[in-house]
Amino acid sequence: MYPEDLKYSKEHEWVRMNGNIAEVGVTVFARESLGDVVYVDLPEAGADIGQFAKFGEIESVKAVSDLFSPVGGKIVEVNPEASDRPEVVNEEPHGSGWLIRVELSDMAQLDELMDAATYEATLE
Amino acid sequence: MSEGSQTAKLKKTVLHATHVESNAKMVPFGGWDMPVQYADGIIAEVKMVRNSAGMFDVSHMGRLEFEGSGAEEFLGTILSANLPILKIGRSKYNFICNASGGIIDDAMVYRIGDEKFLLVINAGNTDVDIDWINPRLRGRSDFTMSGVTNDTAMVAVQGPKAVEIVDDLTGNTASRIRRFCIGDAEVNGIPSTLARTGYTGEDGFEIVVSADHGVELWTVLKQAGVVECGLGARDVLRLEAGLPLHGNDLSTDTNPFEAGFGRFAYFEAPGCISGFALKQLSTQEQSRALIGFKMTGRGIPRAGLNILKIGLSGADASNVIGTVTSGTHSPTVDGGIGMGYVEQKFSATGTQIVIDVRGRLIEAKVVEMPFYKRG
Repeated sequence: MYPEDLKYSKEHEWVRMNGNIAEVGVTVFARESLGDVVYVDLPEAGADIGQFAKFGEIESVKAVSDLFSPVGGKIVEVNPEASDRPEVVNEEPHGSGWLIRVELSDMAQLDELMDAATYEATLE
Repeated sequence: MSEGSQTAKLKKTVLHATHVESNAKMVPFGGWDMPVQYADGIIAEVKMVRNSAGMFDVSHMGRLEFEGSGAEEFLGTILSANLPILKIGRSKYNFICNASGGIIDDAMVYRIGDEKFLLVINAGNTDVDIDWINPRLRGRSDFTMSGVTNDTAMVAVQGPKAVEIVDDLTGNTASRIRRFCIGDAEVNGIPSTLARTGYTGEDGFEIVVSADHGVELWTVLKQAGVVECGLGARDVLRLEAGLPLHGNDLSTDTNPFEAGFGRFAYFEAPGCISGFALKQLSTQEQSRALIGFKMTGRGIPRAGLNILKIGLSGADASNVIGTVTSGTHSPTVDGGIGMGYVEQKFSATGTQIVIDVRGRLIEAKVVEMPFYKRG
């Protein structure tokens, strides 16, 4: 369920690295805890963000949750589909339901994240 | 999930194990461990109720029976209902108000016999209501009050196909019970009391059976095609139908008139505790009003958010004209809807308002409730 090529935060977000660009999204666990995602509020591309800082909000019918970026750097891209059609986060949270892409300020930040097995163990 | 440590203290309905078996997500509600949603999620459940039939375990709701020659007179002192004109087999929505007219709870009262009434109250208020009623029972031997919450199970079956499905299971007797009426029938052989009432804006029944028949009733309904729904869907459905929730939209700090439910605030019963206050309030201009509103910008209103005047650039406290008391994303209306109290002059239908969604100022419009009306 949790792809091995991703890194995970305890706030239930993931990153997928491509060079020094990190794609960020929420995990299946986060989606299941929230229920049907109906609204995603994301920042504009170009903004700087700190590691583990709040970058937006995600809402289900029932609740609202803050989104925390597992990595810090510059937001270079925002997934327009996540805002326009939030169901994409329900459908493919680890894939086309990604939220932002961040140009990493420091690759060592990744050391503070978990691999899939460690993350899954925290969900027990 | 942080509530996990508290679950040991929570009460369980007789259907609890059935919900867990069905993979319901359980949450604490009003002191009970209740299903908030099943596997398909809240949106799917709302759609089932709007288009077909869904069922809810409402066994957690408080159920009190009053029986005896003095029951009608006594209930008249507690409730805001005109009971002498309530016929056997009929129900009335009403309020339990304090001596200031503040709403302790909202309730459904059913006359189930000449001298017998069923009062259905909110789960989270059951203890408060009983504490309110108990001291007033002293010296009364002309009727009895009995709590039947734990002796019975209660299941609400709601939706455009609900009546037909229940009618089939009762040998075509259920459909003889008209809207807002109550009567007895056998649901697939299970002795049941059926109230043609609900909290979703759809037609349907609230079925009361003895506790040991609860699981059997649920199973029979499920086999008949009724879909299991949780409290999450129930909250969306009641809000779409413009029905208030005590604790959110109603409280001891609000009165029935500012909430827009003056027609359910009868105050002329002899000895009615809230009678004097309600009569006064009925003649006064209310300083605020409960409104329904629809988001015109992108955002979902939630209880506790501030409502602001239109045309402002900042969330200045002086611009606050009210507070959201209920809000959600409505799958039926397809957008954010809510209820809240605003100063009277901002309550007219069509008034543009702004909801302060955690710092984002999102436009909304006052609309007439209900947000959804069945066709």
